[in-house]
Amino acid sequence: MGDAADQFFVNLLHRAVGTLPAGLRPILSSLISVVAILSVFAFLFAVTTVLERKGLGRIQNRYGPNRVGPLGFLQPIADGIKSLTKEDIVPHSADRVVHFLAPLVLVFAAFSLYAVLPIGRNMVLADLNAGVLFFFAVSSVMELTIFMAGWSSRNKYSLLGAMRAIAQMISYEVPLILSSVTVVMAAGSLSTVDIVERQAGYTGFFPHWFVFTPWGFAGFLLFLIAATAESNRSPFDLPEGESEIVAGYYTEYSGFKFALFFLGEYLGLFAISGLGITLFLGGWAAPFSFLTWVPSYLWFFAKLILLIALFIWVRGTLPRLRMDQLMNFAWKFMLPMALLNLVTTAVWHFLAQGVVRWVVCILMIVVAYVLLGRSLMHGSRLEKRVYRFAE
Amino acid sequence: MMEAAIEELTVRDAAGKGEDALLELSLGPHHPSTHGVFRMDVVLDGERVMRLKPVFGYLHRNHEKIAEGASYLASMPYTDRLDYIGSLTNNWAYALAVEKLAGIEVPERAEYIRVITAELTRLQNHASTIGFLTQEMGASGSPLMYSFREREKILDLFEALTGSRMMCNYMRFGGCRVDLPVGWMDQARKVVAEFPRFLDEFERLLTGNEILLARTQGVGVLSGELAIQGGVTGPILRASGVNYDIRKVDRYGIYERFDFKVPLGEHGDVYDRYMVRVLEMRESLKILNQALRDIPAGPIMDAKTKIRGFRPKAGEAYGRIESAKGELGFFLISDGTGNPYRYRVRPPSLINLTVLEDMCIGSSVADTIVTFGTIDIVLGEVDR
Amino acid sequence: MLGEGIVKGMVETARNFFGSYVSKDRLTTVQFPEERLPSIEATRDFPFLVYDGEDWQAGMRCVACQICEKECPPKCIYIEKSKDKKADAVGKPQFYPAVFNIDVSVCMSCQICVEVCPFEAIKMDNEFELSTDDRFEGLLWDKARLSKPNAHYQNIHPTDAAASDAILAEEKAKAEAKTKAAADPKSNATLASALQTASSTQ
Repeated sequence: MGDAADQFFVNLLHRAVGTLPAGLRPILSSLISVVAILSVFAFLFAVTTVLERKGLGRIQNRYGPNRVGPLGFLQPIADGIKSLTKEDIVPHSADRVVHFLAPLVLVFAAFSLYAVLPIGRNMVLADLNAGVLFFFAVSSVMELTIFMAGWSSRNKYSLLGAMRAIAQMISYEVPLILSSVTVVMAAGSLSTVDIVERQAGYTGFFPHWFVFTPWGFAGFLLFLIAATAESNRSPFDLPEGESEIVAGYYTEYSGFKFALFFLGEYLGLFAISGLGITLFLGGWAAPFSFLTWVPSYLWFFAKLILLIALFIWVRGTLPRLRMDQLMNFAWKFMLPMALLNLVTTAVWHFLAQGVVRWVVCILMIVVAYVLLGRSLMHGSRLEKRVYRFAE
Repeated sequence: MMEAAIEELTVRDAAGKGEDALLELSLGPHHPSTHGVFRMDVVLDGERVMRLKPVFGYLHRNHEKIAEGASYLASMPYTDRLDYIGSLTNNWAYALAVEKLAGIEVPERAEYIRVITAELTRLQNHASTIGFLTQEMGASGSPLMYSFREREKILDLFEALTGSRMMCNYMRFGGCRVDLPVGWMDQARKVVAEFPRFLDEFERLLTGNEILLARTQGVGVLSGELAIQGGVTGPILRASGVNYDIRKVDRYGIYERFDFKVPLGEHGDVYDRYMVRVLEMRESLKILNQALRDIPAGPIMDAKTKIRGFRPKAGEAYGRIESAKGELGFFLISDGTGNPYRYRVRPPSLINLTVLEDMCIGSSVADTIVTFGTIDIVLGEVDR
Repeated sequence: MLGEGIVKGMVETARNFFGSYVSKDRLTTVQFPEERLPSIEATRDFPFLVYDGEDWQAGMRCVACQICEKECPPKCIYIEKSKDKKADAVGKPQFYPAVFNIDVSVCMSCQICVEVCPFEAIKMDNEFELSTDDRFEGLLWDKARLSKPNAHYQNIHPTDAAASDAILAEEKAKAEAKTKAAADPKSNATLASALQTASSTQ
């Protein structure tokens, strides 16, 4: 029974494809899966925009949008209509082809990332042997589109914003990939399906997720911070922050192209969260063994929504980091931690099971964290101050 | 004209970079972070600010000239609109100047009411300032909304007392316009009792936050000597370590009866200015508690002073108070008629702006915005 | 330790997020215009002319003394005196305004006109939803638009209306005492002195 619910969409696909002519079955099967992914994640994007605004509103002691539709959930339709009806302005001296292509390539790349994410048991679009590698390769294309946008606008300030965004994203790629490499080491495979399979077991009723190991926990935190920076979200959204004079690399975009940039960024966010879930949080595996009757895709989306809520929470709380502080943080803190995490993973792998390896690994990570943290704060001469009062 | 402007502002730095390498930028007047219609002409070398020229006057409304043609009473509502966030302190400064000019005594209850309203004004002003500071740093408005939640309660108090939330027009020469309505003291006590909770929440949210520390410590440093030379007053001066609070120096009104301290900073950077304001809010709460406890009954207006046809004898007077932004002073010259001969406002925001360039040279544009936010200007006061 | 302040900050926002579902203190939005805050009594928006009784022209308290016109800081009041007289609130025959216009787009709600009026004739209303699409005539109010009954004043500002009614009652009593003393033929000396004191206090 549980299995039927779990494999519901897989069976549905098989049955639908079975009615079609035999020669076209493979391509039509892929096409249907692609359409499913497009619609599901685009819908998730729409819901997330409302949830973000409502979440931020509740944090700030106010309602979010609550006029359009029940509790405001038809707001994305209003936003979509607004962005479609705005005039599409392209600067006179801009490079029209690149200007036009940038948002399209961004959205295309963002959607391609979902091909290797296992959304449920047997529910991955492309079971590649090098899924993780494919993911990182395609997400670099997204960085390229940001540069295309800034360059083609022929605007000094857009270029400045684009350069900053690229610098930020390249710096944070390194800890991102290094923390993923620890998972690849532990699982022994680059395939996302294998990685999830490795985490789908249980001891007692505790899951085997990688996040429940010291190196996995540290790796997951590093991954999350790097993912926030990769998606240009607060506190790393200086390239698009309005405390600067311009809106950054998409200053010269208006109307639907702007909406496409927005869409592409959010899709990238979902994809990288999806990868984080796949690598560290056990993908579609249930958290406790007595909960495996819940369908696997529901677990994946539940974890995805939790991560999105975390991103929204962080956005509502933290101020923005300045550019040089951002880069300092990446190179002087995240990179050494990520490298140390690699070593810790190896230590974990080669020590025997038991309390010893837990203690050793936890000690390695905590000591490194404290030392690096202190040197980062001290290097910037940050301190808690005590104030005196005049007599 | 652009070339002439660049020529005027171009600076050759040590590396001998030519004019092409420098970027002249105009921050404002339409800008989300400039606290009103205000412009800064900056010359940038990459990200570093080389020269900065504040340009204002977009909100000039001829306040001082209008006052020369209007009676003394008619200028009172216009003073509300100077520092439009702190209208009651503006009223008090003007009333103080006129009372000095005409030699009017103020009854005790009126003095207590003045202190209470002034400290409430200081509370809501500082709350709004630190909220906006965090907004400019990118905290997407959460601390700002918390500040405004508290500010609304204080503005409701003002409305119950004076009839208007911001344009209060409440002080008169010789006292206050109306007495406290029934139930106002209890409402005020409630607001004052709830305020520390907001301050604690704010401190937990922000004061230890590493990102805030990184963005504010060491940024926009103003030394004490430069502050004194520039005539800077208010929380900025105290954050640079100079002990000068007009409430303690002049002891105007009845401030000497209250037990409060003046917080001082050491480094004169943005973090110090932020923390000095937070500490000043706590001191204001102390004053409010004492005033609300000790306020006597009695008249609120000097019986001899006329409302209409007010004609002080010829002379001049300068009345100043410690407003939330600094030393707010009114200089009046009377020629014995019903209109002043000369009416001059000493705006603290304008005088504090003169050191903006020195604070921002060498920092990046993001830091400039943050530093500018801590000077806490209100364009109504700068431009009058 | 690095990150401690950040975690504390996030706990605060989480507290506000969950608190907004349970306590009104953490969700302070009042969804205007469906919900409204209770009107504060002392609030002032724009002036109106008070009239006693049913007929707004006969009961208008304003005697066109033009003091408010002189004292108004932005000079938004325009008054033209009438040629004939009518009884005022106390009963004495006085001029009345033939034209009384207030340009509400200029008025800054300072309420100095209310303060200086010796006849309790002009008071502050509490209406603020006054937008009109006529930029010139729509915001220039004449005395018909400005006149509202005393009952309205008592409704919106009860304490002030009670004080104002008390002042008017006292003046009316004085005026009536004066006319009674005038009608009484017994003592002319007391009449003369009563007239003198009555005219000096008025």
